Amino acid sequence: MCLLCFFVAYDIQPVMTISPQVVVIKPSKGWVSLNLRTLWEYRELLYFLTWRDIKVRYKQTALGAVWAILQPMATMLIFSLFFGRLVKVPSDGIPYPIFAFAALVPWTFFANGLNQSSNSLIASANLLKKVYFPRLAIPIATVLAGVVDFVLAFVVLLLLIAYYRITPTINIVWTPLFLALAFITSLGVGLWMSALNVKYRDVRYVVPFLIQIWLFATPVAYPSSLLSQPWRTIYGLNPMVGVVEGFRWALLGTNTAPGLMVVASSIAALLILITGAFYFRYMEKTFADVV
Amino acid sequence: MSEVVIRVEGLSKRFSINARQESYQTLRDTITTAALAPFRAVKSLAAANGNQETDEESIWALKDVSFEVKNGEVVGLIGRNGAGKSTLLKILARVTEPTEGYARIVGKIGSLLEVGVGFHLELSGRENIFLNGAILGMKRADIKQRFDAIVSFAEIEKFIDTPVKHYSSGMYLRLAFAVAAHLEPEILLVDEVLAVGDAAFQKKCIGKMEEVAGEGRTVLFVSHNMAAVQSLCTRGIFLHNGTVFTDATASASISAYLRMLEQSVTQDLLERSDRRGRGQIRLARLEISTGANDHALTLATGRPAAFVFHLTGTAPKTSCIFTIYDDFGQPLATFNSAVRSPDDSRDESLGNSLVCNIDELPLVPGRYRINVAISADGELQDHLEGAAFFEVEQGAIRGRPVIRGKGYGRICLQHHWTSPS
Repeated sequence: MCLLCFFVAYDIQPVMTISPQVVVIKPSKGWVSLNLRTLWEYRELLYFLTWRDIKVRYKQTALGAVWAILQPMATMLIFSLFFGRLVKVPSDGIPYPIFAFAALVPWTFFANGLNQSSNSLIASANLLKKVYFPRLAIPIATVLAGVVDFVLAFVVLLLLIAYYRITPTINIVWTPLFLALAFITSLGVGLWMSALNVKYRDVRYVVPFLIQIWLFATPVAYPSSLLSQPWRTIYGLNPMVGVVEGFRWALLGTNTAPGLMVVASSIAALLILITGAFYFRYMEKTFADVV
Repeated sequence: MSEVVIRVEGLSKRFSINARQESYQTLRDTITTAALAPFRAVKSLAAANGNQETDEESIWALKDVSFEVKNGEVVGLIGRNGAGKSTLLKILARVTEPTEGYARIVGKIGSLLEVGVGFHLELSGRENIFLNGAILGMKRADIKQRFDAIVSFAEIEKFIDTPVKHYSSGMYLRLAFAVAAHLEPEILLVDEVLAVGDAAFQKKCIGKMEEVAGEGRTVLFVSHNMAAVQSLCTRGIFLHNGTVFTDATASASISAYLRMLEQSVTQDLLERSDRRGRGQIRLARLEISTGANDHALTLATGRPAAFVFHLTGTAPKTSCIFTIYDDFGQPLATFNSAVRSPDDSRDESLGNSLVCNIDELPLVPGRYRINVAISADGELQDHLEGAAFFEVEQGAIRGRPVIRGKGYGRICLQHHWTSPS
């Protein structure tokens, strides 16, 4: 279910260094395998690319990593003012600010990951044109680097939980699972968008728009309990619904145990990731010529 | 020792011309693209099948290339711009896929298509060594082990923890090359990396290349520097229009290449397609004469020479750079109209032409070649290799006769002696 299992399942064998190493170069036809073994062999590169993205992210900014906290905080304040105070959106019996913030933390991780991975191949055009390595490493590293921001925002979330005197339940242990779900969704959509972006630069304009619409299609500012079954489960086909409601359930103890909704979200997320990875590999051969 | 490590069979690569043009996107292109996108999207969906396979819109950068390279050979790939050298190297480096054909490589491949790929300006020298090493395929343990050697080769010990954005371009290049030079692959693919940097740096690179070649490693080396190919390579492959034209010893391939360059000069320059640059302004004709006031017919040592560049148009800040090469392909002198002198003058009657006058040609008798680059407003408009050839006859500098003397330099300087008797 989690991303790690997804990758490890294919690559459980130890890396074999065949000597002498033989490389055969020929045109590939149609759909190609994900070649996760090569990706595994290049795990150090994945590590360095992630490390670079983390190091570089807040270079030459005045506020630095504070941005990681400021982004969801500012949105929370605006949401609390308009949706919480003025419109009086229901919040499952939880103070609206923490209700919104618990959703905004994973949402920000998802949205930034998607936005940055969509542009990651274009930003690494020079690498694509000059060096061989599994191209999947680029968007994966970009989304992985966002985990650091997530952790910072998550600490603030825990402080807020303490401030509002909410006692976390044992369900808190499920949080990593919902983070993994957000990661899979972000990477899955990011793979589609980054591969498309190489050929159609329109993607650059589409992605911010997509994220905006997706935000309102996800119960960030409002609870999914506004819907009744079976609509709630169907709503879960938007994988971010499962993520957001999962976070609230695990951390705030909302009585909306996500159950079926999370199953629907997980299936949808995995489907996006797998199709995205295959589409990415299919387009990969044209990257160096087109980018 | 003599086993085949690279076997290339019928390798071909087709580029869609559209794809090539799109890779040079400007803001205006972006805006029109955005506006036209719906139409284009529909068009390309209709023509789907992954690659657009329409024949009239594609060109073959490589066509049916076959050869074998044995263990320990150092092969120079030569040819004009667009002959397919870099494409061939990119396919072997697995950066791009061939359209047809097959290649089999035995051994660890290291490719060096550009120095400093993946360098990040905000990161320090130390961090970039690890990042770049990983990108080039080195393991972290290997990088750690060679770290000191890399730093001392690059001569940047003091600045190792400074962000590379504060480096001088020389330091940057030295560091970038140092990482690549310590890659230690069994098969090394190198593309024109020696074309950058100052003379000392180039010398160092060539030294390192000689070392690598001397260790019995297999090297495939693309270069326009015939002198480097001559001295480094045991074998030369001359590519012409995407096919192997000559595959022989380095000197045989170089002379085949130089002969081909000469033949192409007789054509109209505008007919030549082996050029680079945006192409809004192009070099139409290059006249070489002895200058308006001289009645001699051919250029001679110590006599005036005039180079007239006829362009297809002009734009603000149009400049012309040309370099004179000897018949070994060694550059001798470069002339740049953008670098001004008080002696420069203007003449509106010239129209679309630029004239460079040399009062006393300081070249010894022999055959020379000119490469020309035209740029406007800092952007390369046109670049032609072997735009002209010319012969210099015997002459005299300030009355002192200069005769052809191979191996003792190609330049003669004005000078005078003082003797006791």
